[in-house]
Amino acid sequence: MRSDRGQSAPLRLKIAAACGLLFLHLPILLIFVYAFTTEEKSFVWPPPGLTTQWFAVTWNRPDVWEALSLSIRVAAISTAIALVLGTLCAAAVSQTRFFGRETISLLVILPIALPGIITGIALRSAFALADIPFSFWTIVLGHATFCVVVVYNNAVARFRRTSGSMIEASMDLGADGFQTFRHVVLPNIATALLAGGMLAFALSFDEVIVTTFTAGQQQTVPIWMLEELIRPRQRPVTNVVAMVVVLVTLLPILLAYYLTRDGDQIAGSGK
Amino acid sequence: MTIAAVQSKPAPAILPGSGGMRGAFSDLFWRRPQLLLLLMLLPPVLWLGIVYIGSLFALLLQSFFSIDEFSGLINREFTLKTYGDLFQAANLDIILRTVTMAALVTLAAAVVAFPIAYYAARYARGRWKALFYLGVMLPLWSSYLVKIYAWKLILAKEGILTWLLAKLNLLWLLDGWLSLPIVGGNSLSVSFTGTFIVFVYVWLPFMILPVQAALERVPGNLVEASSDLGASPGQTFRNVLFPLALPGIVAGSIFTFSLTLGDYIIPQIIGTSRLFIGQAVYSQQGTAGNIPLAAAFTVVPIVIMGFYLWGAKRMGAFDAL
Amino acid sequence: MTSAVSFKQVSRHFGSVRAVDAVDLEIAPGEFFAMLGPSGSGKTTCLRLIAGFEQPTAGSISIFGERAEGVPPYRRNVNTVFQDYALFPHLNVLDNVAYGLMVKGVGKAERLKAAEEALSLVRLPGYGARRPGQLSGGQRQRVALARALVNQPKVLLLDEPLGALDLKLRENMQEELKSLQKVLGITFVFVTHDQGEALSMADRVAVFNDGRIMQIGTPEDIYQRPKTRFVADFVGSSNVLPPDFVQRYSGQHRWGSLRPESIRVSSAASGDGVAARLVGTNYLGATTRLALDADGLRLHAMVPAGTALPAEGEAVMLTFNRESLHLMDEPA
Repeated sequence: MRSDRGQSAPLRLKIAAACGLLFLHLPILLIFVYAFTTEEKSFVWPPPGLTTQWFAVTWNRPDVWEALSLSIRVAAISTAIALVLGTLCAAAVSQTRFFGRETISLLVILPIALPGIITGIALRSAFALADIPFSFWTIVLGHATFCVVVVYNNAVARFRRTSGSMIEASMDLGADGFQTFRHVVLPNIATALLAGGMLAFALSFDEVIVTTFTAGQQQTVPIWMLEELIRPRQRPVTNVVAMVVVLVTLLPILLAYYLTRDGDQIAGSGK
Repeated sequence: MTIAAVQSKPAPAILPGSGGMRGAFSDLFWRRPQLLLLLMLLPPVLWLGIVYIGSLFALLLQSFFSIDEFSGLINREFTLKTYGDLFQAANLDIILRTVTMAALVTLAAAVVAFPIAYYAARYARGRWKALFYLGVMLPLWSSYLVKIYAWKLILAKEGILTWLLAKLNLLWLLDGWLSLPIVGGNSLSVSFTGTFIVFVYVWLPFMILPVQAALERVPGNLVEASSDLGASPGQTFRNVLFPLALPGIVAGSIFTFSLTLGDYIIPQIIGTSRLFIGQAVYSQQGTAGNIPLAAAFTVVPIVIMGFYLWGAKRMGAFDAL
Repeated sequence: MTSAVSFKQVSRHFGSVRAVDAVDLEIAPGEFFAMLGPSGSGKTTCLRLIAGFEQPTAGSISIFGERAEGVPPYRRNVNTVFQDYALFPHLNVLDNVAYGLMVKGVGKAERLKAAEEALSLVRLPGYGARRPGQLSGGQRQRVALARALVNQPKVLLLDEPLGALDLKLRENMQEELKSLQKVLGITFVFVTHDQGEALSMADRVAVFNDGRIMQIGTPEDIYQRPKTRFVADFVGSSNVLPPDFVQRYSGQHRWGSLRPESIRVSSAASGDGVAARLVGTNYLGATTRLALDADGLRLHAMVPAGTALPAEGEAVMLTFNRESLHLMDEPA
């Protein structure tokens, strides 16, 4: 690695970095091609022909719609719960110093730091011990738990950038606690919360490992896909769903990035 | 009304409270900030404490139960028998296989991640920097299952990789590799090699981000100083860059290691029939119905990660997170 | 007449740290009052006690005769100009200024009109649509001032308001603040660590050290007649003279202070005066500061630039008027 005085990188480094990025992106792009293939039985490359008929077939599959509806409902409710819990926790941790702050941060991060299978089986055995039958709410319980951390990370980063004297200034100008929250705190953390909410939604929408332990017989989109991967029924439909899932998760990520790009980074390591 | 004119108007120095519920609560929270803090912390701590920590304890508790081999029912009596079962040769095999895979995946991820992280940290500026960032974030957040599915398409016998190698007249290389013991198999999608590639792919962004964060803190002139002093590029890397990037690599390895230890979907979809820890947990709690053994199995990655984190903390890896 | 601000034996302790310790203070209505001291001396805590951000551990605080302990900041008719200005980044300048009126429920048209007037008052008319981020430091400071003044507070608190400005801007702002205070007649309480600022702007100055008030008085009082060694040293770096030295010239065994500009330096080797040696000269523009050694006692003298000076290391004779030697209260 030769270090030039200028800002241009050595060729070998450029090639290695470019190859790395291609390695990250090409597989995902491949999904877009397969969604249009005419081949039904195998994964043959190059596709023997291109068609859009599988979009129509997928559109008319009730099981796909049911899974999608369940996933969206779960993600929406989990995100709402995570927004409330994550914001409260972030506000408490960053606005005041108190004994046990570190413990609280650890508690929030733990569900994502431990392998998902541990969270999953822990919840499942707790449901079993407490005789709780699987339902929509058992899925939400798990999802909200690991979604808290992404909201928390985003909110904490924003609180850290928000000057503490702003809250004092608001109170000094005659605003009570609620007015200060409404007119100063909320507008300042709004985009961070929106970004955190988007990420939480994407995380929940995509989650499969914990969900397999908390869903019982219900199918979210990822569970539906997992079934198709293990016991394929109609491969082209899977291809189309895969493409739609990529698009549905990418949009909130891009939005979250644009909402938080000046200053804090979207808390990627939260995933 | 102008500002100067109003001075003649007598105004109280202390304003009356705004009255009502809002004013009363506002005054109360102002006077007792600890009360507000408690109210803010209560919901998240109750949720995480009861739902999550409670479940973890339930899991730990289960691992001290045992299963009745004849009836298949769970015997809720405190015993270490399940942990005895855990150390059977077949199970030790699973643990060893998983840990080896996790170590290899971590190593490979570090090698692939380094150039990307180094380029992004040292050379990318402005628009390119944002592009690099998104270039890592988007795959990180893309659907986990879709990524695995994409690799099923790529590694399939009739898939794009075979096609590409055939075009390049390199098919003999693939066949040679697949005929090797352990790493080989019928096709890449049913071999450990396939499992390994997909693990590296899926966890790679988790390695890039902390390594980049660590390298961002290395002043660029340090590298120049090293080559000015006559160090070869290899020496500069060994003596300057690598030690400085190490906390980042260790931080990233926490993710790659932990995620590999706990994953059961990747080896199930792309891999052989030989189990990893995650799969063992899944099948014990599912088809075998042996929740105590499944619980005991999950203690293994927790213990391994406990030691790993303890070591990582000593190396200062947490500063790079 | 009731005081604008009255402290009776006010203390604020943080654990074992006595940030403010048994302070008594009366600030008259319409007064421009400065709290001067080094950092950590308790002056900012006193300001925060008046604003309501801190509560006294002991003692009582009244604002225009009304008890203020336990009253939250939003119920005090007192406003603050913060050191970092604390403008709201999500609001434009006009909405920033109108904020106090908005939360009091003043109608939109009325509050924006008042805000516009306040901006004119601080000579920023027409800046309302800008974002705080688009303003210079001096402009932000004026916005912060307008935002406080628009509420017509009974007392305006200023926390090191000029600290972040460069020298030229600072001098302009000093004059402006002073004339603004005269026009409005509002009580200004001003915290600073810069003695020049305190002396030039304030009607009265309180000098703080270690959580206590060392001396309260007019700038002239503080400057010419410091009561303690700390005040003499901190305000204009007076020469502090030990009791034995003072006794020779005044006959009293007390600590004394002598301003550097009161000392005359001549190169005569003998005569009536203090024999000393010139150990250093420091050219300051309008004046030159001399470091002197009078038999082990370090003294400073300030002479007009252009005065003929002996070379460094030479013996000199120091003379001063007996009246300019000030005897301090501090026990010997």
